[in-house]
Amino acid sequence: MTVTAVALRPSVGSTHWRAVALPIVLLLAWEFAAHAGIGDARFLPSIESVAARGWTEIVDGQLLLDIAMSLTRDIAGFIIAALIGVPVGLALGLSRFVERVFGPTFSAYRQIALFAWVPLISLWFGTGEEAKIAFVALAALNPIVFNSAEGARSIPVQYREVARVLTFDRWQLLRYVALPGAFPSIVTGLHLGLIYAWLATVGAEFFLNLGPGLGGRINEGRELFQMDLLLLCVLLLGVIGVLLNKLAGLAETRLLAWQKR
Amino acid sequence: MSVIPEPGYLEAAVDALALSTDRSDRRTCALPARWARRLQAAAVGLAFPAVLLLLWELSARYGWLPAQILPDPRLVVETIQEFVASGELLDDTRISLMRVAQGFLFGGLAGLLLGVAMGLWPRFQAYVDPLFLAVSQVPTLGWMPLLILLVGIDEELKVIIIAWSAFIPVTLNTYRGIRAVPARYREVGQVLTFGPWSTLTKIVLPAALPTIFVGIREGLANSWQTLVAAELFASSEGLGYLMAWGRQLFQLDLVIMAMIAVGAIGLLFNWGLGSIERRLRRWQVAS
Repeated sequence: MTVTAVALRPSVGSTHWRAVALPIVLLLAWEFAAHAGIGDARFLPSIESVAARGWTEIVDGQLLLDIAMSLTRDIAGFIIAALIGVPVGLALGLSRFVERVFGPTFSAYRQIALFAWVPLISLWFGTGEEAKIAFVALAALNPIVFNSAEGARSIPVQYREVARVLTFDRWQLLRYVALPGAFPSIVTGLHLGLIYAWLATVGAEFFLNLGPGLGGRINEGRELFQMDLLLLCVLLLGVIGVLLNKLAGLAETRLLAWQKR
Repeated sequence: MSVIPEPGYLEAAVDALALSTDRSDRRTCALPARWARRLQAAAVGLAFPAVLLLLWELSARYGWLPAQILPDPRLVVETIQEFVASGELLDDTRISLMRVAQGFLFGGLAGLLLGVAMGLWPRFQAYVDPLFLAVSQVPTLGWMPLLILLVGIDEELKVIIIAWSAFIPVTLNTYRGIRAVPARYREVGQVLTFGPWSTLTKIVLPAALPTIFVGIREGLANSWQTLVAAELFASSEGLGYLMAWGRQLFQLDLVIMAMIAVGAIGLLFNWGLGSIERRLRRWQVAS
């Protein structure tokens, strides 16, 4: 609905033209350079050879398997992180006791760069599927806990006083005050978590190298010096990232609209 | 059936019950009392890590977990002492910090320039923004194998990839911050017959500064993250290398030592920039 509404505006046509101008110029320059032999052909495969590589990989079924594997890890890690992160975040944000005991530890833990966990995880879980999913979950956990806690903390004190006046028990407090109040923030945290999860999926496949997946294929492209495969996979990483982001954004607006109803 | 009740009911209840909305009496306690409270908070906050340490120690003493999963904490302490004494830890830290400094400087400056350009000239932004957004969607790590083929695995690789990871948030926030400067502010500049340079340095940049700083803070955090990844991937010195080495030798004490160093530096970065940011906010509110 909104798409058609936007498309009807006259100024949008020229904006779209501007949006694609630079990419088209760059692509043309690339194609020209590849054909005129300006760069080393190993470094600069032509666009059609990348596309051809994509086609054979799809026909093989290999590429689709890689994408499916990467996405499975991504989603599995994300779901684990969401199941753990939202309750933990709410507890941190709602209870002063939990916050005072565990808050400082969580803040300190957040400062450890994500990839610093890779060696530890690989020594604890090996380099198989569990290790990758654990790493993805760890990456998504951070923003989910943080935003859920922020959301719960930002609930006005008066609302909680209302709950006390109405003698809500813990469960009612959670359901009628905490969840609705923290909801927008939780959704934001989940959205961010999904972005981090994708980043971590790529990282996990680089560093915990076993089995199919897009990250593994990129490494393969580098080791075999197959620029077409490498570029294809980088492109796919971007496209899947955009799609995940779009989906999450859509879900976010839907959920928030549903809450407002 | 919606699980979540009508949004307005809590506001209505607050009004109906005439609850106090003034909570300004919190900060007015005496200084010693505040220090005492801080001390108490620190003690409570340290209790949980202390329990974890105790469990770790007990586990090592009674062999609950094999040493390959969790080494003796005393071994970790010994390793730290050894690496500090030999200067190795300091050397690796310095190398990592230098890489981050270089990459962050290049990436941050480039991001500031592009962000300002995009914020000031909507036409330029219309051309560049879509490409920028598309390219920034590829996870930073995804570029690394490509970069390795193009520039090798030496210092350039690390500096470029760190710069790139700082570049994206700095650009985005600079551009957003400048776009959010109210048009009225610039009109004031026109009234005072400011030239473009004075408008930029005296009006637009100061007004956008807090948002820009958010980008800088995020950029530094990203740089640090990326440094660890890059050093894990390909390097022969630095904290990330120390970790990768410990992993290969199955020496968890080394890994844990490097993690502590990485965490401490991340904490310092965050704390330093956080306090600058708070000062900026206060300064902005005051002016």
